[in-house]
Amino acid sequence: MKFLVCISKAPDTTTKIDFVENNTKFNEAGVQYIVNPYDEWYALVRALELKETLGGTVTTITVGTPEDEAVIRKALAIGADESVRINANPKDAYYTAFQIAEYAKKGGFDIVFAGKETINYNGSQVGGMIAEFMQLPYVSLATKLDLAANTATIEKEMTGGIEIVELNTPFVISAAKGMAEQRIPNMRGIMAARTKPLQIVEPVACDELVSFVSYDLPKAKSACKFIDPANVAELVHLLHTEAKVI
Amino acid sequence: MKVIENDNQLMIKQMVRDFAEKEIRPNIMKWDESQEFPVPVFKKLGELGLMGVLVPAEYGGSGLSYFEYITVISEISQVCGSIGLSVAAHNSLCTGHIMYHASEAQKRKYLPKLATAEWIGAWGLTETGTGSDAGGMNTTAVKDGDYYVINGSKNFITHAISGDVAVVIVRTGEKGDSHGMSAFIIEKGTPGFASGKKENKLGMRASETAELIFTNCRVHKDQLIGKEGEGFIQAMQILDGGRISIGSLALGIAQGAYKAAIKYSKERQQFGKPISQFQGIAFKLADMATKIKASELLLLNAADLKERGMKMSKESAMAKYYASEVAVSVSNDAVQIFGGYGYTKDFPVEKFYRDSKLCTIGEGTSEIQKLVISREILK
Repeated sequence: MKFLVCISKAPDTTTKIDFVENNTKFNEAGVQYIVNPYDEWYALVRALELKETLGGTVTTITVGTPEDEAVIRKALAIGADESVRINANPKDAYYTAFQIAEYAKKGGFDIVFAGKETINYNGSQVGGMIAEFMQLPYVSLATKLDLAANTATIEKEMTGGIEIVELNTPFVISAAKGMAEQRIPNMRGIMAARTKPLQIVEPVACDELVSFVSYDLPKAKSACKFIDPANVAELVHLLHTEAKVI
Repeated sequence: MKVIENDNQLMIKQMVRDFAEKEIRPNIMKWDESQEFPVPVFKKLGELGLMGVLVPAEYGGSGLSYFEYITVISEISQVCGSIGLSVAAHNSLCTGHIMYHASEAQKRKYLPKLATAEWIGAWGLTETGTGSDAGGMNTTAVKDGDYYVINGSKNFITHAISGDVAVVIVRTGEKGDSHGMSAFIIEKGTPGFASGKKENKLGMRASETAELIFTNCRVHKDQLIGKEGEGFIQAMQILDGGRISIGSLALGIAQGAYKAAIKYSKERQQFGKPISQFQGIAFKLADMATKIKASELLLLNAADLKERGMKMSKESAMAKYYASEVAVSVSNDAVQIFGGYGYTKDFPVEKFYRDSKLCTIGEGTSEIQKLVISREILK
């Protein structure tokens, strides 16, 4: 079995978020990047588990710049066999998906994994777009994936229950919480990651369909108002006129 | 000298952080209050390769340098000093002694078990009556055919109860003779080898400290490390490296206390603004940050010399002495910044404060470090 796992970077969860260039660009100065948790904890680890039981290879693919190699090495340290970096700074999900699909079409992969979304942009688009470009079936937000020969049984959460689908490889899947458990790389994995193959591929031409107009930070939370327990009338008044919840 | 962290160190840092957040942080106060030594955590640390950081890969270790070692110990200690201390003691004392001084056969037998934490290691030098004055030790090994018969006890030994194997330095010659001591590897279960009272400590409470007792304990001569009479010299070399270990532990404690203080000082409002905006607090934080950076650089300097195979007694003593004193002063300042809350167990700094004090005492007090430094500079 050949598995391809899309790996994206995301800012560490403690990062202070602000924007530059008239609020059109994320300020990357001093930002520590991590592997997007949905890609790492669920997609990559499940691909590795399947490889360990069924045999095969796990390749990761990242559309990114040389600075992204630290997160790529982390994926290798966790256990991926090899990595591909499409040498470009992606502007949007369409561009990223297009580049990954172009590479994946030639690779003969049985399953293409993506995380359900990145924790910074929360777009949840790349997996679906890859499937469309590759003309493959797509299962999104999957929480469980079992594979027997070429047939996969997949569980995905839906409002009030679970949907179970069955399909044959090849297909594209986006992994959500529950599909696997985080694996912490060991020292040997970290050292081995230095010498595992990392192939750099130049991007293919792709239209830019989206431009970013501006980013706005959420409004700062206002301070809590404390009301004397004896003053119920004021509480009701404020809930009615200010909070507008009653 | 290397100051910028390499990619390995960054990845190791993240790996240790991920592990500590998941497996250590949620249990810190439980272990601290009950003085529980959490053996399963060390087994997991072994799986990650953190119990044999310096051990070459051919003996089952991670085969990394002192630079990565400093990262490992300081990162763990930022979360819990007790776990940091036990990892440090296991790596640099018991495992280190076997790695640097034991025969090939002994290395093949013990290092793979220690590097993976299948076995936890202890190391015994101190006795009730002899701490820094190790030459006056009373525990003796008397030769009897192919065996040595050991009698006496060792005090304040990390992992004395849970350890599966101990390297113990005992007297085989005259009292006070630096060539009158020898090191033995003694496995748990050897008749006459037992552990004694567990200490009830101020800090580092999740790191087990107890007594090792020898009563006509017969140890085969194959368990002798190196030659008879070399034990004290070997131990002094191990303590040179051990100073980097305890220095890293101290660095981690200081960093942990400092980070907690920075966060709190930005959140805590008094007189309408965060207390970090008052010069009294801001300058304190500036002093803390500067001292921590100086500790780190002294440690890297000692590690650099060690990696180059150069003599580093003075530099490692400077690093251990300074980093330990900084750990105590920074954690003291952190408690002060937290004010009344810092004095409670609901916030992390009181534990850093208690744990830090071990650093100026264990593996050579600050006074002994100054003795080592002064002897070197006055030569």
